[in-house]
Amino acid sequence: MTTQYKQVFGRPESLKDVATHFCPGCHHGTIHRLCAEAMDALDIQQRTIGVASVGCSVFLYGYFDIDVVEAPHGRAPAVATGVKRVRKDDVVFTYQGDGDLAAIGTAEIIHAANRGEAITVIFVNNTTYGMTGGQMAPTTLPQQRTSTSPTGRDVANDGYPIRMAELLAGLEGVAYSTRVAVDSPQHIIAAGKAIHHAFDCQVKSGGFSFVEVLSTCPTNWGMDALKANARVASEMIPYFPLGVFKDAACAEEGA
Amino acid sequence: MKRLFVKGNEAVAMGAIEAGCRYYFGYPITPQSDIPEYIAREIPKVGGVFIQAESEIASINMLLGASASGARAMTSSSSPGISLKQEGISYMSGSELPGLIVNICRSGPGLGGIDASQADYFQSVKGGGHGGYRIIVLAPDSVQEMYDLTMLAFDLSDRYRVPALLLADAVIGQVKEALVPHPYVAPADLPSKEWAVAGKQGRSDQRIVKSLYLGDGELEAHNWRLHAKYEELKKHEVRFEAYQTEDADFVVTAFGSAARIAKSAVMMAREAGLKVGLLRPVTLFPFPEQALSELADRGIPMLCVELNTGQMVDDVRLAVKCRVDVAFYGRAPGAGSLPTPEEIFKQIQKNMAAKL
Repeated sequence: MTTQYKQVFGRPESLKDVATHFCPGCHHGTIHRLCAEAMDALDIQQRTIGVASVGCSVFLYGYFDIDVVEAPHGRAPAVATGVKRVRKDDVVFTYQGDGDLAAIGTAEIIHAANRGEAITVIFVNNTTYGMTGGQMAPTTLPQQRTSTSPTGRDVANDGYPIRMAELLAGLEGVAYSTRVAVDSPQHIIAAGKAIHHAFDCQVKSGGFSFVEVLSTCPTNWGMDALKANARVASEMIPYFPLGVFKDAACAEEGA
Repeated sequence: MKRLFVKGNEAVAMGAIEAGCRYYFGYPITPQSDIPEYIAREIPKVGGVFIQAESEIASINMLLGASASGARAMTSSSSPGISLKQEGISYMSGSELPGLIVNICRSGPGLGGIDASQADYFQSVKGGGHGGYRIIVLAPDSVQEMYDLTMLAFDLSDRYRVPALLLADAVIGQVKEALVPHPYVAPADLPSKEWAVAGKQGRSDQRIVKSLYLGDGELEAHNWRLHAKYEELKKHEVRFEAYQTEDADFVVTAFGSAARIAKSAVMMAREAGLKVGLLRPVTLFPFPEQALSELADRGIPMLCVELNTGQMVDDVRLAVKCRVDVAFYGRAPGAGSLPTPEEIFKQIQKNMAAKL
C-alpha cells in the first residue's frame, strides 16, 4: 500500500522563486505573498499588471511573476489609470508605501479613488519612510521618534497622522476600503481575505478597492523583529483601527 | 482637396485623432484649452478616452501608463503646466516610452502672461527635467504643420521610443487659417510594441517598464544606449525649411511664429534687391546643425530672430563654430511684443550694412 501525499502549502505561482531583499522582520514579504495568493486563487496572474511605486517596494517586479510598470514617486494611481484605461480587461494594482501614497501622492490617490478607477491599491503603512532611512511619514504617530522628528512627532508643528482608509471611504467612487494588519496569524488570515476581496471587487464589479496594511519597519524603528511586530498591536492599531470602512459595490460578496 | 478654416490648436487635435491617438489626458490652461475641448467632444466618437486629470503631474503620468500599455496617447498644456510635467517626461525618457506632449507656449517666467513666447526653447531641447536626456522637439509654423507634425511626432516617438514634444505658441495655437486634412498613413516599417505591458497572457518572459537600474554598470550602459538613440535622431531625423538660401549672402534663422514673421521680412528684403534667405528649423531637436554649418562654410552671416531674449541663437552659434557672425534680434514675451516684418527687415538692413 502506498501513501498518497497531497501538497497543502507551497509558493504561489504568482511569486518568483527568489529570496527577497527585505530586512528581517519586515512585513513586505508577507504582504507580497498575500497578494500573490489572491492572484492565484482568482486565476488572474496572466492578466494582472502591477504598478510599482518608489520606496522599498519598487522591486515588485523582482518578486511577482507579472508585467509591471514602475511609477514616479506618488504617481502610481495616475500611471495605473493610464494602464487600466488601455487594458480594460486586465487587473491592475498599485502597491505603495505611506510616504508615496499619503504625502507626495495624495492628489493622485484621492482623484483616482474619486473617479472610481477600476484598480486595486495596496497601501503599506509602516509609519515611516523605509528606503530613505526612517524619516517622519504622514502616518508617523504622535511622539514617534524618527530621523526627522528626533524628539518625537510634535503635532503642533507636524500635524497628525493621516487615516487614509477612512478618508477614502468617504468618496463616492470607492467600492471597498479597509484596514488590516499582518502581525498575527489571525490578522494575516483576515488580511489575505481582504486583499482577495479587493482584487475580486475589481474583477467582478470594476470598482476601486483599497487595502491599508499596517506593517513593521524594524530597521528604522530601531527594534528587533519581535518588538516591532508587537508595536503594531500596542501602538498602531489603537490609532489606526482595523475594519471595513466601505464595501459598497461588492457588499454581496462579503469580506 | 477639402479645405477647412480651423485654429492651430484644433489642427493638433484633429491630427492626433487621425493618427490613431485614442487616449488624451490633460488639464485646462490658456492658450491651449481648445485642444482638450476638441478632443473631449470628438474622441468618444471613435471609441477613445478623454480624462481631465487633477493636475498636469497626473496627466503626464496617465500618459506614461497608457504608453507603457502600448497605446498611442498624448497630453497637452502650456508653459507652467509643462514645467509640472517635466518629472514625468524624465521618467518616460528613462523608461523609453513614446508619447506626445504639446506645449502651446505662453510667456513667463512664473505666471508671466498668456502672450506668444518662445522662451521654453531651452527647457524643450536641452532635456527639461532631471537626469540628462533629450526628447524629439517639432516646431510648426502654420495650422497645416500643426496637423502634419502632430502625426509625424507620433511616428518618430514610436520609432525611437523617445517622447516627442510639439512646441508651438499662442500665435500658432490660436490663429485660424486653411487646413487641408489628409488621411494618416502609418509607416510600414514602424516597429511593433513588443515591450508593452499587457498581462503575461501565457508568455514566459515578464515585461517590465522601468527607469531604475541599480546593478553595477547597468545605468551607465542604459545612459549610453539612450545617447546612441539621440545620435541616431541627429543622423536621420533633422528637418528644416531653407527659403531662398541658395543664392543668399545673408540668412535669417527663426522657428515657429517668429519664422512666419521673419519670412515676410525676407520677402521685403528680396523686393529691395537684397539677397536674403531664411533657414527655419522644423526639428529643434535634432537641430539642423549641418545645414547651418554649410551656410557658414559659404561665409554667410546670420541673424537669429526669436520671441525671447536669446536661446536658439546659442545653438546656431555652436553650429557655425565662430566662422561667421550671428546677430540676434529678440523680443521678450509680453503684451504688444510681437515684432513686425518691418522691424525685422530693419535689423536685416542694419546687419547687412555692417558686413558690406
